[in-house]
Amino acid sequence: MRASWILPGRPFSAGQRPFACVPTWVLVCLLAALFAQWAVKSRHSPESPAGAELAPPPGMTALRLASLGDPIPLAKLLTLHLQSFDHRAGNPLPYQSLDYRRLAGWLEQLLRLDPVGQYPLMLASRVYAEIPNEPKQRLMLEFVYAEFLKDPGRRWPWLAHAAVIAKHRLKDLALARRYAAAIQQHATGEDVPLWARQMEAFILEDMNELEAARLMIGGFIEKGMIKDEGELRFLEQRLQELERKAAVAK
Amino acid sequence: MDYIAATIKSTLLEAARSRVAWMAVVVLGLALGLAAFLQQVALIEQKEIQTAVAAAVLRAAAAFLVAAFVITSLVREANDKVTELLLSQPVPRSAYFAGKFAGYALVGLALGFFFAVPLALFVPASRALVWGASLAFELLVVTAVSLFCVLSLTQTVPAFAATAGFYLLGRSIDAMRTIAADPIGGITGWTDIAVRWIVDAIAVLMPSLDRITLTAWLLEGPPPLAEVGALLAQTAIYVALIGAAALFDLHRKSF
Repeated sequence: MRASWILPGRPFSAGQRPFACVPTWVLVCLLAALFAQWAVKSRHSPESPAGAELAPPPGMTALRLASLGDPIPLAKLLTLHLQSFDHRAGNPLPYQSLDYRRLAGWLEQLLRLDPVGQYPLMLASRVYAEIPNEPKQRLMLEFVYAEFLKDPGRRWPWLAHAAVIAKHRLKDLALARRYAAAIQQHATGEDVPLWARQMEAFILEDMNELEAARLMIGGFIEKGMIKDEGELRFLEQRLQELERKAAVAK
Repeated sequence: MDYIAATIKSTLLEAARSRVAWMAVVVLGLALGLAAFLQQVALIEQKEIQTAVAAAVLRAAAAFLVAAFVITSLVREANDKVTELLLSQPVPRSAYFAGKFAGYALVGLALGFFFAVPLALFVPASRALVWGASLAFELLVVTAVSLFCVLSLTQTVPAFAATAGFYLLGRSIDAMRTIAADPIGGITGWTDIAVRWIVDAIAVLMPSLDRITLTAWLLEGPPPLAEVGALLAQTAIYVALIGAAALFDLHRKSF
């Protein structure tokens, strides 16, 4: 005799009685409840939460506890959740209403949960720092700068973008130079491209600090940092141009 | 040996017929569907986000499936008086336990590797393999704990609640130790010291589930093999501990 607990399973639909066995009132209840559910749910469409609803970031201990020992998935999901705030199609000024201090707090916690992840810094430099609100832009750029210093080798692209925003959007060359100088000083890895390390020289040129720019570019060439011939030719031309400009200025 | 082999076979047969494999396929489909959805939402790091979320879902689902299968299987067996029938055979209780544990462990191992394979779509296969091996070991712990709980508590709801609590505690005990060691208001009295000691004592009895099967192993590469080996050896010791406790309970139980 085969025990009942190892009998083969039957198909899900097998052994069911015909529809006629269901009392009419049960069917009516089912259809009515289905209609009521549809009526209630179809009245409101899902919306992204408004910026004003952004709560203060939870503490690191609470986040670690909530992550159940595996912080990366929680960090990724919270990042997408944060991104959903005020991110609505057709919103002409997205993210304007967000409290940027809270936002920076969230981004910082997310980076602490997943230090290798780049998403929070991308949001900070390419999304939240692009709004037409200077104090908020500056706050976000400073956040990127502070986080860059914790891991320059990996996070330099976001500070490079911050330098571009400071130069072209805020027209604050001193700030752009500070960021560019930080990249040159701290991001010394092999994979950091030369253009990122040369940013400061070109910003100096824009600031009319021709001598400093000339010395910097000359330094790159002398130290043999430029391997590509085309790039070397470009920089030498640039150097000659700077020398000419400096001579005219004198 | 024949008895153990027959018990393993019947357990595997039961797994096949209780549609555990179908549930695993459904869970896998849902996890990959969620990953595909997140790809539409993420602006960068799509692969990393897909991997992290799919891996977290699969890890939790695997633990749930194994615990649910072990507990419902043994409770049904007990309700049908099959346990009594099996234990009435002229074999030691340890043989019954070994057969059951080996059968459930094989289901867990298969599930661990089945869930790791699709992650190779997102990350190098070697990383997925190490993660899968780690998940298989984690499921061995879940199997042992579920067996222990169901043999001790005998009912589905208490056994499942105890297993879930145990699993969650195993994954968060280090964070709890940090909280207990450094409370918000500082250590102000004997209650804080007592809480810290109690949490430390519980931590000693818990497996380090928060140190294995980590998503970072998939995204950044696993730690050196020696470290993985040490963690898995620690897990194996824990399985032996819980297995011995369950066996102790089974030997004392009167049917």
